[in-house]
Order: sequence, then structure tokens, then C-alpha cells
Amino acid sequence: MAGGPKIRIQHIAKSFGPAGRAIPALAEIDLDVHERELVCLLGPSGCGKSTLLNIVAGFLAPTSGTVLVDGRPVSGPAPERGVVFQEYALFPWLTVSGNVEFGPLLQSRPAAERRRTVDRYLDLVGLRAHAEKFPVQLSGGMKQRVAIARALANNPAVILMDEPFGALDAQTREVLQDELSRIQRVEHKTILFVTHSIREAVYLADRVVVMTSVPGRIKQVFPIKLPEVRDRFAPEFTQYESDITRVVREEVAKVRE
Amino acid sequence: MSAAATRAVALLGVLALWAAVAHGNAWLGVVNPVLLPTPVEVSRVGLELAWSGELTRHFLTSLGRVAQGFGLAALAALGLGLLVGMCVPLRLMAEPVIEFVRPIPPLAFLPMFLVWFGLGEASKVAFIGYTTFFPMFVAIAASVLRVDVVLLRAAASLGASRADLVRRVVLPAALPGIAVALRVGVGLALFVIVGAEFMGADAGLGHLIMEGRTFFNPAQIVMGALVLGLLGSLINTLLLVAERRLLRWRAAA
Repeated sequence: MAGGPKIRIQHIAKSFGPAGRAIPALAEIDLDVHERELVCLLGPSGCGKSTLLNIVAGFLAPTSGTVLVDGRPVSGPAPERGVVFQEYALFPWLTVSGNVEFGPLLQSRPAAERRRTVDRYLDLVGLRAHAEKFPVQLSGGMKQRVAIARALANNPAVILMDEPFGALDAQTREVLQDELSRIQRVEHKTILFVTHSIREAVYLADRVVVMTSVPGRIKQVFPIKLPEVRDRFAPEFTQYESDITRVVREEVAKVRE
Repeated sequence: MSAAATRAVALLGVLALWAAVAHGNAWLGVVNPVLLPTPVEVSRVGLELAWSGELTRHFLTSLGRVAQGFGLAALAALGLGLLVGMCVPLRLMAEPVIEFVRPIPPLAFLPMFLVWFGLGEASKVAFIGYTTFFPMFVAIAASVLRVDVVLLRAAASLGASRADLVRRVVLPAALPGIAVALRVGVGLALFVIVGAEFMGADAGLGHLIMEGRTFFNPAQIVMGALVLGLLGSLINTLLLVAERRLLRWRAAA
């Protein structure tokens, strides 16, 4: 599908609950994500941004609409769509390298190739020295690095990240944002990234998609025209931050009413 | 004092207390000394039976029955526990049946097993299997049910098939719960083997105890009970060692 969007979200709507009394969570979402693009979904909590990500991942079926990845409709989870979860979701019985090896092992890759893959991605996230540790022995930031390495090692077409840094403290959060930005400059993945942090979105995204409060729709899309390596204190950066904050606030205010 | 030393002192203390009470009684004659055997008498009976090979025969007979009954029940509980834990319609069907059968004390069904399977090995193995199956099955199904859905999603998004999910996620994630279920099952098996061997058996530690009653030999009763205790703690220790090896990841912190 040369030239077409990597992810095409078409008229997606999702309601929860029994027919007749169903509560709409998402209404009429249309969004294209292009190859090598990092798109952040931003919105007030409960706006359905994680629901949308779960639909793209194939964990939830939409009430209507379709998601196409490389032109093929999504009908369930698949290795072409790697997922990084807020709660890390590492397999606690496997070591760091066992976790990273999980995908290649399922694809029956030869042992030597698996070892090279594991080494490469553990190097990329700076955890080579911790390869034989178990997840319980790691800090939150290290766990999320392992989860990112695990998703990358499977070589997916797209990566879906559901508030991946949401459970981390502020410092660790910025360190991991730096890391993801650096990794993205090497790996050039297509990434759909859910966050409620405006700063994080402006720092990472090529485009920021602001969603409305329930039922979630796309309110406004901000292309971020900043250099690849970003400075959180540059005037242009803070300008984007305040522009987006203004739009998000309208939605947060609606929730309060 | 180290933990091991503390444990040894506690055990020796109980032994000393028993010896003091039994020997004191033998000396003072409060009750007939035959009714309150001393550690020495119990050991003597034990050594005699061990020397003649009888003790080994009884021990191995009981162990064989426990192994077969428990082994079959464990396999069934694991298979059905996985199925019921992962499949909602099956769970809805299984719940009322289990809630009805589970509160019945298993010993209430022992005569039924003798009627069905006769006095031979089959009735004992089947009875141990029946007794241990339900608690293990319930515990295993519950631990399968508790497997974090996020882990299943993570594995599915890495390309896991249904079989991969069972083998590589559900089983290892439920393993701590499964290990507890197995230990409970073994404990129960030892609990009911005695009852099963009380009724119509010609070998086994339960039979040895009953023989002690028939021939009025309290030392043999106590000895049989102690050997059962030993067997139980031996199996428990083996399971704990296996558990610690398999669940290394939990204690790694």
C-alpha cells in the first residue's frame, strides 16, 4: 500500500452497554496516521481515547466503522500492531531478555537470530546489563523500557501506546520521553500514542489530535512543526502548549458542567 | 538462634514432653501404661516392623494409592480448571454443580465407593481422587480466572495463538495458584487415605493403625500415625522445593 496511510480509522463509533440503553463512548472518528508518523491522541479523561486505541489494537470491536492497517481491516490483535500498556504488562515469570524474546519466539525465529534481536533492542533501551533480571527487580521506568523493547523486537508495522508513561514520576517520565524520541529517530515507527499530558504530546508528536469529552470526537488536529530534537523551553514549544491547552480546557470545562 | 535451630528445639521439646508424660505415667501408674506408649516403645514397634519389611510394604501401599488417586485428580483438575477458568459458558454451568457437591463431606461417600468399586485398590484410588479433585479444581479454576487480562492482550498483540496463550501465559501466570491447589490436594489425600484404609484393606498405613486397634497395640497406632505425618511432611517439602524453583521470579526481588 505504497503512499496510502499506514492506519486508516474510518467512521469509528463505539457504545457500551445493552442495546437501547447503550452509552456512546466514541462517535464518528475519522483519522489517518501515515508511515513514520507519531500521532498523539489527547483529551480529558474518559473521552474514549484509550477505547479508540483498544479498537485499533483489536482488543475491542467497534460498534460501527472500520480500522485499516496497510489497507487490511483489523479484526483482532495481531503482531503487526505492537502495544505498550500503561501498566507495563511484562510477563513476571520471564526475565528481561525472555520478555523481549517473546514475540520472536512465537514466530519460531532461530535461536541465534533471537539472541541478536534481544541484544539489539536491550542495547537500544540501555538495559543490556539487566537482561537476566526478573520484572519484580526493576523500577517502573525500567519496566516500561523493557515493554518498549519487547514491542520493537517483534518488528510491528505500527506501535500503539496507551498512556505508557502515565504511571511514572515526573522526572522518569521526561527521561523516557527523551528515550522514545531518540528511539523514534532511529526506528522510524508509525506510532499512535494516547496521553493526557499536553507537554508530552507536544514533545513527541508530529500531530496532536485533541478529542472532545464524551462521546469522544476529534475536536482539532495540531500539526507540530518543530525540529526532531525538541526543546521543552523554546518559545515555539510553549506556544503550542498554550494553544492546545486552551482547546483542551474547553472540553474539560464541559465535563464539569 | 537460627530459624532451623528454633524449629529443631520446638520438635525436640514436643518429643521431650511426650517422653516425660509417658514415662511419668509408667512410673506413677495413673493409667494403664499400655494405653500411653513411650517414644521408646513406639520406636521399638517401628523398628520391628521396619526390620521385617512390613512397614515398607504398608508405606509403599499407601504412597501408591495417594500417588494414583491424587495424580489422576490433579490432571483432571488442571485440565477442567483451565477450561472452566477460560470459558464463560462452561463456568456458568460448573458453578451450581460445584456449589451443590462441594459442601458434602467426602467421607459420606466412602461407603458408596466401596459399593461401586469393591474392597480392592480401585475403591481407594477412586475415593482419594474424588476427595482431592473438587478443592483442587475450584482453586485452579479461580487462579486461571485471576490471570490479568492485560497479560493476555500483550501476548495476543505479540502474535500468540490460543494454544500459545494457554501454554505461555495462562499456565505460568496461574502457576502460584496451581501450586497451592496441589499442596492442598496432597494434604487432603493423606487425610482421607486413612479413612479409606480403615474400611476393608489388607495393607497400608491406615490398615496398620486399625490392626493396632484390633490387637490392642497402642504403640503401633501411634507409630502408624507418626509415619503418616512423616510421609505428609516429606511430600510437602518436595512440593515446596519444586515450587520455589518454578516460582523463582516471585522471590527474585
